[in-house]
Amino acid sequence: MEKPPNSSHQIGGGIWWPALVATVVKLLLIPAYRSTDFEVHRNWLAITHSLPLSRWYSDTTSQWTLDYPPFFAYFEKFLSFFASRVDPTMTHLHHGLNYASERTILFQRLSVTLSDSILVYSAYRLTRNINFSSFERFLIWALVIWSPGLFIVDHLHFQYNGFLLGMLLLSISFLEEGKDLVGGFFFAVLLCFKHLFAVAAPVYFVYLFRHYCRGGLVKGFGRLVLIGSVVLVVFAAAYGPFLYYGQMQEVLRRMFPFGRGLCHAYWAPNFWVFYIMLDKFLAFLLVKLGFNIQAPKASFTGGLVGDSSPFAVLPTVTPLITFITVLLAISPCLVKAWRNPQPRMVSKWPFKISFPPPRYTVSFYSLFPLLFEAQEYPIKVVLLLLHAVLMFFGFSSRFPARSATTAGALVKGRDNTSETPAFHIGWFGKSYLFGLLFVEIWGQFLHRMVLVCVAHFWVTSDNRKYETTIRNWFCTLRLDVKQAEIQNYTMGDLVLAKLRALLISILMGAGVFLGTRRGGARVGSIPQHVKYEGVIHGSASSADYRGTITRLLLHVAVRIDFCYVSVPVSETAELG
Amino acid sequence: MEHGKKKRGPKIQTSTAVGSESDPDANIWSFITSRSTSSWFLCISLFAVLIRLAVALHPYSGAHTPPMFGDYEAQRHWMEITVNLPVKDWYRNSSVNDLGYWGLDYPPLTAYQSYFHGVLLKFFDPASVSLFTSRGYESYIGKLLMRWTVLMSDLMIFFPAVLYFITVYYSGKTTGDRSNMAWHTLMILLNPCIILIDHGHFQYNCISLGLTLAAVAAILSDRDLVGSMLFCLALNHKQMSAYYAPAFFGYLLGKSLRRKNPILEVLKLGFVVLGTFALVWWPYLHSMDASLEVLSRLAPFERGIYEDYVANFWCATSVVVKWKRLFSTQLLKLLSLTATVSACIPSMIQLMWSPTKRGFLQGLLNCSLSFYLFSFQVHEKSILLPFCQQASWLWKNHLSSGG
Repeated sequence: MEKPPNSSHQIGGGIWWPALVATVVKLLLIPAYRSTDFEVHRNWLAITHSLPLSRWYSDTTSQWTLDYPPFFAYFEKFLSFFASRVDPTMTHLHHGLNYASERTILFQRLSVTLSDSILVYSAYRLTRNINFSSFERFLIWALVIWSPGLFIVDHLHFQYNGFLLGMLLLSISFLEEGKDLVGGFFFAVLLCFKHLFAVAAPVYFVYLFRHYCRGGLVKGFGRLVLIGSVVLVVFAAAYGPFLYYGQMQEVLRRMFPFGRGLCHAYWAPNFWVFYIMLDKFLAFLLVKLGFNIQAPKASFTGGLVGDSSPFAVLPTVTPLITFITVLLAISPCLVKAWRNPQPRMVSKWPFKISFPPPRYTVSFYSLFPLLFEAQEYPIKVVLLLLHAVLMFFGFSSRFPARSATTAGALVKGRDNTSETPAFHIGWFGKSYLFGLLFVEIWGQFLHRMVLVCVAHFWVTSDNRKYETTIRNWFCTLRLDVKQAEIQNYTMGDLVLAKLRALLISILMGAGVFLGTRRGGARVGSIPQHVKYEGVIHGSASSADYRGTITRLLLHVAVRIDFCYVSVPVSETAELG
Repeated sequence: MEHGKKKRGPKIQTSTAVGSESDPDANIWSFITSRSTSSWFLCISLFAVLIRLAVALHPYSGAHTPPMFGDYEAQRHWMEITVNLPVKDWYRNSSVNDLGYWGLDYPPLTAYQSYFHGVLLKFFDPASVSLFTSRGYESYIGKLLMRWTVLMSDLMIFFPAVLYFITVYYSGKTTGDRSNMAWHTLMILLNPCIILIDHGHFQYNCISLGLTLAAVAAILSDRDLVGSMLFCLALNHKQMSAYYAPAFFGYLLGKSLRRKNPILEVLKLGFVVLGTFALVWWPYLHSMDASLEVLSRLAPFERGIYEDYVANFWCATSVVVKWKRLFSTQLLKLLSLTATVSACIPSMIQLMWSPTKRGFLQGLLNCSLSFYLFSFQVHEKSILLPFCQQASWLWKNHLSSGG
């Protein structure tokens, strides 16, 4: 995968073992739960294999149409060469529908695992450049490669985020080295793989414009032309063939289906949740006050929202509004990037940075609904715990290591006496994490119990119905739930999902806010940026093209991955 | 599963190389191990649990293969029997308990464990342990619950036992051994054999192995009575633990004889052993027949001297000498008994002669290996016993010779 580095002999061997351990676990996870995204990607293999390029984006044989940018389609085409040799049915457009033979599963899972090697390499390359202590390298590697988010989304749920993320890290590593052109090139390529990464584009633009295109008007303009043409060439390579066949409109319509609405059943814990809650509350209030409010037909939990406005009172949020909100939200970043384009700071800007570690834990926790089957439940919990523990050890030893007063002792949450910026999770962080535990227990067990009991005692008119509900609840508690049954959500489930999302949102919001206060004082980060995090989640997800749970949560996942990668980087930059 | 097993090898090797580097700032491993025992044990345990969970995703042996299915079905059947029948009928062939179909052939502690797990299963998924109708029962939730019972046994018995053993083994050593301690723990907890047999194939070896390990730890910390009680429990969970018995016997006897009051010491030990046995066997002690009934279930002499795939002496030499054809079973029993006893007698004598702790650990390995190689009707999983023991003491030797 990667060559041994020149700097130190330990490191070359170093990245191998976190990577190998991760690979082992990934391989073990092959028979685990996989979502419909598995079928999505199989269908894309079939489309790219059996159809000419001109029909890739117009095919509707399966409901899982191709809706990633062209490079990803080329990537699927590349995979399909091997796929058709492994199992020809897999790449058959019609016979392959919902096909999941053992060889298919093995092939698809292995393709994800193998493509992760780019992530490994990029993590290695990123840490090679900056003056990391070897421990920090190990920590970053372990955290990147062992990210529970990646495990859950890529290796259980089934997607290909590992290598895309790797490409982003690769691009950043080039920027850190000062090779702006190459960095920009990789980012353009990445955008043509998955347009989700466009959330980082403004920052890239401002940074490259200010850092690369400077040094006088003529030289600056020349460089602008140069980098512009590089980006253009990349985009031409991606979209050119489709332009040639007159398919551009289909491609764009697939990539940006704005008709799907703002949010989805499994609300990503983002800003718009508050907006929707406010709307519901206002509608409720106004109805109570005697106003005649038409309840909206479309619900937020239905999955497909359609064209009608889902809001009862508040104005509908259009894509333009969300776009403007995003720009506003990231403007502090952009201003900072504009004023002070330093290569070593580059990794900070796109990621708004320096969250206290509990923050990541919550972010990964927000991915939990992706795996709802009982079999995978312990796996996700253990993955999260392992990650949290490693991170805690890493950070807690990272900071006291300088003062040596607390070295060797397990740094508990309490403030320790060392003067250096010791890592500690204060009372807030702790209550935050325990709050998480509470949310989980509540969501898993208590919520239904309480709701059902309340319903039972308050609504006595329809006793039998609630008895059924209670029985159902006991069934769930006794793990009688089959996969098929889970798919048929009851109203209670949806309320539960909503409430959980809301709780997470509140926790995240509060955590971000207060965490910034504490963390901000410690590493001198830019607190304002953090507050906008929620908005960015929200607005970007509205521009998301398919309103599936996957996309939204994946979005969070990707962003989270950015965040935690950048934290060790940025904090090191500050301290070192 | 195969992939996992193969890949784990190189990982351990490379990480050993990383772990043994002197620079404490060198890697994440040193950072984890430079902390308190509980914190690195937490890390390692979490990882070990993750691996176990991942292995448990795979199908168990014998899944979807009627009529006998596999060890999974055997364990489930025992739960079915123990939950639905009175204790006295567990080992007795009757119209409701067909011993030909996975009859209970482990000592009573296994039966109690099955009963306990069966009660749990009955609460969550009654269909999986209903009498008769549940034969060959396979369901998503049933498999999950069964996997959970193994994981829970592992977590509640094997993991604490390993921690106990490691702390005792390394007590009084300098803190520089911390990294070794952690690696040693990792070696035992990530032992692919145990993981694959328990969480993949489906068995409960973690219980008897954990009890044995705890017994060894107790004896190493001079709590001989506790140790012998724990070992008796292990013996009563799987008769296979008897492989270790000569070493325990030799060491404890040798040590007692060197005390001030040898007869009293031996009596105390004997009392503890007999007491534990009596407690476990209590429901079957009311009559000679009942006890013999259970005993006869435990010794499967009718199966022949070796299975065709167990890598022991009899199977290996059968390429040249057709043991089964040349000799009668009776003679073979005698032969294997002689071979086993003569293979482990040197160790026993040595232990009685000079009962040292180091000798005790080596004796455990010797005895279990000699049983594995020479005794009658060895089950392939028995290699776990020498393996586990080997991991626990060869570590030291490896370190002193290697670095």
